Amino acid sequence: MSKGNAWRVSLILLFITLSILYLTPTLVAKLPSWWQGVLPKDKIHLGLDLQGGTHLVMEVETQKAVEGALDLIATDLEDVLNSQTIRFKRIARIGADRVQVTLYDRGTADNVQKQIKKKYPELELLPPVDEGGFVNLQLRMDEKVAQDRKDKSVAQALETIRNRIDQFGVSEPVIQREGINHIVVQLPGIKDPKRAIELIGRTARLEFKLVDENINASSATPGSIPEDDELLMEKKVDAQSGAVSEIPLVVKKKSMITGDLLTDAQVRIDSQFNQPYVSIEFNSTGARLFDQVTAANVGKRFAIVLDNNIYSAPVIRERISGGSAQITGSFSEREAADLAIVLRAGSLPAPVNIIQNVTVGPSLGQDSINKGLMAGLIGVALVVIFMSIYYKACGIVANFGMVLNIVFLMGALAALGATLTLPGIAAIVLLIGMSVDANVLIFERIREEMRLGKTPQASLDAGYDKAFLTIIDSHVTTLITAAVLFQFGSGPVKGFAVSLSLGIIINLFTSLLATKVVFDIFLSRVRVKRLSI
Amino acid sequence: MQLIGKTKIDFIGMRKFSFVISAIIALIGITGVVQVARNAANMGIDFSGGTSVQLKFAKPVHIDQAREALARHNLKDANLQEIKDGNKLLIKIGKTSLAVGKVADTIEEVFKKEFPANAFIMESSTEIGPSVGDKMRKDTLVAVAISMLGIIIYIAWRFDFKFGIGATIATLHDVLAMFAVFFLMNKEINLLFITAVLTIAGYSLTDTVVVFDRIRENMHKNLKEALPTLFNQSINEVLSRTIITSLTTFLAAVSLFIFGGEVIHDFAFALVVGIVVATYSSVFVASPIVMVLEKRAMTNSAVESKA
Repeated sequence: MSKGNAWRVSLILLFITLSILYLTPTLVAKLPSWWQGVLPKDKIHLGLDLQGGTHLVMEVETQKAVEGALDLIATDLEDVLNSQTIRFKRIARIGADRVQVTLYDRGTADNVQKQIKKKYPELELLPPVDEGGFVNLQLRMDEKVAQDRKDKSVAQALETIRNRIDQFGVSEPVIQREGINHIVVQLPGIKDPKRAIELIGRTARLEFKLVDENINASSATPGSIPEDDELLMEKKVDAQSGAVSEIPLVVKKKSMITGDLLTDAQVRIDSQFNQPYVSIEFNSTGARLFDQVTAANVGKRFAIVLDNNIYSAPVIRERISGGSAQITGSFSEREAADLAIVLRAGSLPAPVNIIQNVTVGPSLGQDSINKGLMAGLIGVALVVIFMSIYYKACGIVANFGMVLNIVFLMGALAALGATLTLPGIAAIVLLIGMSVDANVLIFERIREEMRLGKTPQASLDAGYDKAFLTIIDSHVTTLITAAVLFQFGSGPVKGFAVSLSLGIIINLFTSLLATKVVFDIFLSRVRVKRLSI
Repeated sequence: MQLIGKTKIDFIGMRKFSFVISAIIALIGITGVVQVARNAANMGIDFSGGTSVQLKFAKPVHIDQAREALARHNLKDANLQEIKDGNKLLIKIGKTSLAVGKVADTIEEVFKKEFPANAFIMESSTEIGPSVGDKMRKDTLVAVAISMLGIIIYIAWRFDFKFGIGATIATLHDVLAMFAVFFLMNKEINLLFITAVLTIAGYSLTDTVVVFDRIRENMHKNLKEALPTLFNQSINEVLSRTIITSLTTFLAAVSLFIFGGEVIHDFAFALVVGIVVATYSSVFVASPIVMVLEKRAMTNSAVESKA
């Protein structure tokens, strides 16, 4: 074997070995115990369209996070002024980016202004305005601070969703941020997508609010109640008939305690009624607050509100210290378990909307794999038969190149830990056809050179030489579109682009180098008068 | 073995005929593209937003009954399609007033209620919000534009101007032809179709380059021959490889089309169409255009040298 052939053959053998090495974890169900250390363990991942699962894109309503932060500042200011017995008319968020404090006179306004400046240095304080006998102070959250807040809310939502999914138990989930305010969640092989989506998408903002007993809730409308009250619904399910009824309740807008102060939430079963409930534990701040609030409001009703729905509104019988409480309500054991998960994982900083939901059942995925493999095998068979008949021995060499191409491609996919999708399988099938294309171009050239009366070796060399540029041209243009598809495509399309571009690059190697070396070795050993082409 | 021996077909002579055919195809294709841009074509929900679910029933379901059942529950605009093997029903609904996440549930409930005796499973469901659809349509247009530009720049760099124009027009022609076929057959324009279009845009050049390389080679060798003869001779010389390179890829695509399953059926169909059109255009569109341009350039320079 000449020197040139030797290194080309060793390169091919090296790639074959590498491919087999990388493919082993994918092909072998259980790796032997000695398979460790540097040996690859990554499999070719199957896309959701092949193994079944759910792909969600969620949009975080980041503006709501900004408004929430401003609401919090308003409540906080209220507490501060109340504790200093400073009189004020009203403190509330106005519009999307400001909080307005309405005071009775300039003197207090100046005092309050100073305090605000110290407490909220990041907020912009607008000069006080006299209006109808009152002084209005406005705090504005400027664009940059708001943007920062929005950004944080997305990051926080991502973390919370990750927590929830971890606790729900999904193997190999993908949770990623995409663009400014989108979160992509992939749950492969999930059995109950509906439940998972409910769990992930829920804001889960837990609040404890006092019921305003002075107002008759059954006749109240949102317009008729005091400004600091709100009308919420309590859902009750009749245990016998299963009928759902909604009972209106008027509660104070201000939440006394929120879910941020929880340290734990667990499902328990009531031994008396055999009803599930969620037992919650507060942290030290929460426990102290709970103690204070219950002590001050014995005999009143305390509403437990989750995402603006009242779960229950029990009467405070006595002061509760110790920092634990129970959430009862008419829910099933599974609902209680999900509630415990979302409470443990924390609330989302802003509501999320599901803007894309693609769910593929496992049966369809398996069906796609089977059909894709079938199409691939038939494609290979057709091409192999055609090439062997049309180009005889040379056709078999081209077929060898094609098989090599597929082995290398699979090996590369495994090595990169790439995801195989159904369009990805289609790309591989398409490559079966394209990979012999290059050899067809070369063989036709060789035939032409032979007709001119050249020797087999000379025609072979000329064939490879003259077809070279044509092959490069066609590969580069396909590569351009594959690269664009990779950049813009998502999910299945990306899988197509990955398979196609890898395959095209590998094909350059197999068709220009691998098949050539077979011919060279053959011609150097056997003296032939004419090629079988 | 040889399928095609020496041929002497007057491809260039057929150019008036082929130009008319291609112009008609291109016009239909442009109409299709305009309709897509206006969102008026049969758009997949990945572009228009909406819901699509695939149900697999235990027993056959009459498509009209299914449609009526949906209509009774305020889902009048549902587009239903039967999948031949295995009692499957594909239901597609465009934008509705229901929130994302609700339409698929509603459809499931409707069938549970209206066809209680016929058990089914939801094989797949896709729900896409309108904002996502809009973004995808924009992204896709950008993707198509960038890849076309990339191909044109590459061609311009590799070939001289006249060949560049020929190859670019041929590539555009193939893309438009695919749109034309899908538009005429009222097949769905979705992300997979665009993927097929871009793949063919890249692939279509293979055949064109094969022919161009030979034309260029012969033009250098033989300066005396009249252009039409020289072009015809070149195309005839490489005819068998033009057809066989397409044939092998065609075989693979056809196998996907027939055996690949319903999910990629239309995608494979687009590839099959694209491969056929790409082969046609390299012979009947790209080469004649270059010939016309070359001829014009020669007469111009002849006029100049006389003067």
